Amino acid sequence: MAAELQLKELAQRKVLLAPGHRLCAGCGAPIVAKMVLLAASDYPVVAASPTGCLEVSTCISDYTAWEIPWIHSAFENAAATLAGVETMYRALKKKGKIDKEIKFIAIAGDGGTYDIGIQSLSGAMERGHDLLYVCYDNGAYMNTGIQRSGATPLGADTTTSPAGSVIPGKTQRRKDLTKIMAAHNITYTAQASPSHWSDLLKKVSKAVSMKGPKFINVITPCHRGWRARVEDTILLARLAVQTCYWPLYEVENGITRVTYKPREKKPIEEFLKLQGRFKHLFAPENEWIIKQFQEDIDREWERLLKEESLYA
Amino acid sequence: MARVMAVTGNEAVAEAFRQINPDVCAAYPITPQTELMQRFAAFAANGKVDTEIILVESEHSAMSACIGAATAGGRVATATCGPGLALMWEMLFVASGMRLPIVMAVVNRSLSAPINIHCDHADAMGARDSGWVQLWSENAQEAYDNTIQAFRIAEHVDVRLPALVCMDGFIIGHSITRIEFLEDELVKGFTGEYTPLNPLLDIDNPKSFGPLVLTDQYHEYKYAQHEVMWTKVRDVVLGVAAEFEKVSGRRYGLFESYRLDDAEIALVILNSAAGTAKDVVDSFRERGVKAGLLKPRLFRPFPYAEVAQALGGLKAVAVLDRADSFGGYGPVFTEVCSALYPLAKRPAVINKIYGLGGRDFLPQHAERVLKELEEIAQTGRVSVIKEYIGVRE
Repeated sequence: MAAELQLKELAQRKVLLAPGHRLCAGCGAPIVAKMVLLAASDYPVVAASPTGCLEVSTCISDYTAWEIPWIHSAFENAAATLAGVETMYRALKKKGKIDKEIKFIAIAGDGGTYDIGIQSLSGAMERGHDLLYVCYDNGAYMNTGIQRSGATPLGADTTTSPAGSVIPGKTQRRKDLTKIMAAHNITYTAQASPSHWSDLLKKVSKAVSMKGPKFINVITPCHRGWRARVEDTILLARLAVQTCYWPLYEVENGITRVTYKPREKKPIEEFLKLQGRFKHLFAPENEWIIKQFQEDIDREWERLLKEESLYA
Repeated sequence: MARVMAVTGNEAVAEAFRQINPDVCAAYPITPQTELMQRFAAFAANGKVDTEIILVESEHSAMSACIGAATAGGRVATATCGPGLALMWEMLFVASGMRLPIVMAVVNRSLSAPINIHCDHADAMGARDSGWVQLWSENAQEAYDNTIQAFRIAEHVDVRLPALVCMDGFIIGHSITRIEFLEDELVKGFTGEYTPLNPLLDIDNPKSFGPLVLTDQYHEYKYAQHEVMWTKVRDVVLGVAAEFEKVSGRRYGLFESYRLDDAEIALVILNSAAGTAKDVVDSFRERGVKAGLLKPRLFRPFPYAEVAQALGGLKAVAVLDRADSFGGYGPVFTEVCSALYPLAKRPAVINKIYGLGGRDFLPQHAERVLKELEEIAQTGRVSVIKEYIGVRE
């Protein structure tokens, strides 16, 4: 079991994603990546990223922000690539060529995870590789310029689901990838948020201490894509949790536990109104979208609480 | 002592893999490669190898996992064919761009549509420009021998590139023929221990792999790949072949020259059909026709100067392609023409497309082409440059 996290002690540790990378000021991705690596730093870690914002901004030849071994090979295959690394590790360990206990972590955006990478991810999870896959979910293809993805929420204005005079932004709901991953019956699945850093760190720390495939989905605000204020990154992540748009929970060996229950569930408008991508939803003719958004959240939250109660 | 066995081509390559015992093998089943990986998985299941096998959910993931494993720092092998190789296409370039010495058996199969599981060379020809070394094999013996040599070529410090070994699907992959296996110890000694360069798993010396490289350096990365393919690989292939001859008694070069020395006309043809064609060349020789054959072995890099030397003095050459570049000439034809073009005096060259989707290549096909070459040699006139043969009315 993972050791108790001590903030004072954590603050002393080396940050494994160095400054100088070229992600936007206020980007959620490096905050999440640093938290993940910090929580895992009890062990030597090898990381992998698919093509995406984090990848293109952290390793521009001849520079790298990664203080640990890191590999990128393509967009749709971080899980398969890291599975290959992890398998070679087992092969060499078996032959006595490596003795260290190394942990393997993929850090990938939602485009490379929910959509083009889901086959590779599903395969790696089903095969039981001993790795942690962390999705930093900012809800669109931000790296290519804010195109809608399977993670983009209902109604969002993106460059390929623009809020026009006829079509009011994205007309489909986002897919619930965390549920899909939990349905793989893997060792550990969780949702986390950088606003609730202690919860996030505990989840990562627990996940890396467990054997087998693990998946953590982390909401990661992108002020460029969300059309929000640069300084609101963590606020938006917090509102996502407080509105229950992004429930914090874990599924550990099949047992669901909600790790944070807001005392008062905020209405979804609190989350939506700070983001330009939802601005058009506040027009009278689009109010039905906000209503549907809220209904979806309420239904899913109730379902999650019910699911948790099954194991209480 | 060689072990003489009757096995399929797939079994022969699986046996080479067993003897080499790679650290990791990631693969996905596809006809007609499946038997190869089944055999190898059985070796693993029965403790005959200690390879970690990753049974992935697609060929794209197979090559991705091979890339991860090879970067991690160990010997990696895989196998595929046809649509599987096509699905890997993106990752083939990543493997060569990252200079990873992965070895892949390709049991040549056609590409859809229409779907067809039988042999042609559209798969490997589609990978022609991906930066992989390509070795082609007429029969199971050559596939076995080439596989063993491919590890040495790919891993050679002057090369450090992935290599693929082709054999014809079903025709060789599934046919049982006589083969001489080398002793395990000989193969192990020949391939040696693998020493990774800059392994990702070197945790104390962290390195980043797969960086973003833009206009300032990308061109130079590609130049480095060109340079090694253009100037280094041929010598390494010949050096490895010479060493292989010492342990096996079997001689390999950049290509096989069959009765070419005094030939006036010749066929250029890859893989299994070369066997059929050689028989027909013999029958023409018996009739006093100076016919010969050139069977490429190393297709990438292509040995232009050597091919030009071998064919330059002839009167007429027919290049038979088991793949088409629709709207263009067959892929082997364009290489042979490129090789011959710098010569002041060169043979007339024609292109025949044959055997797509496993259509049989029959002796009468080779006869017809050789007769046409005889006529071209006499008249100096070519009526049709590119033509399909064996097409049903």
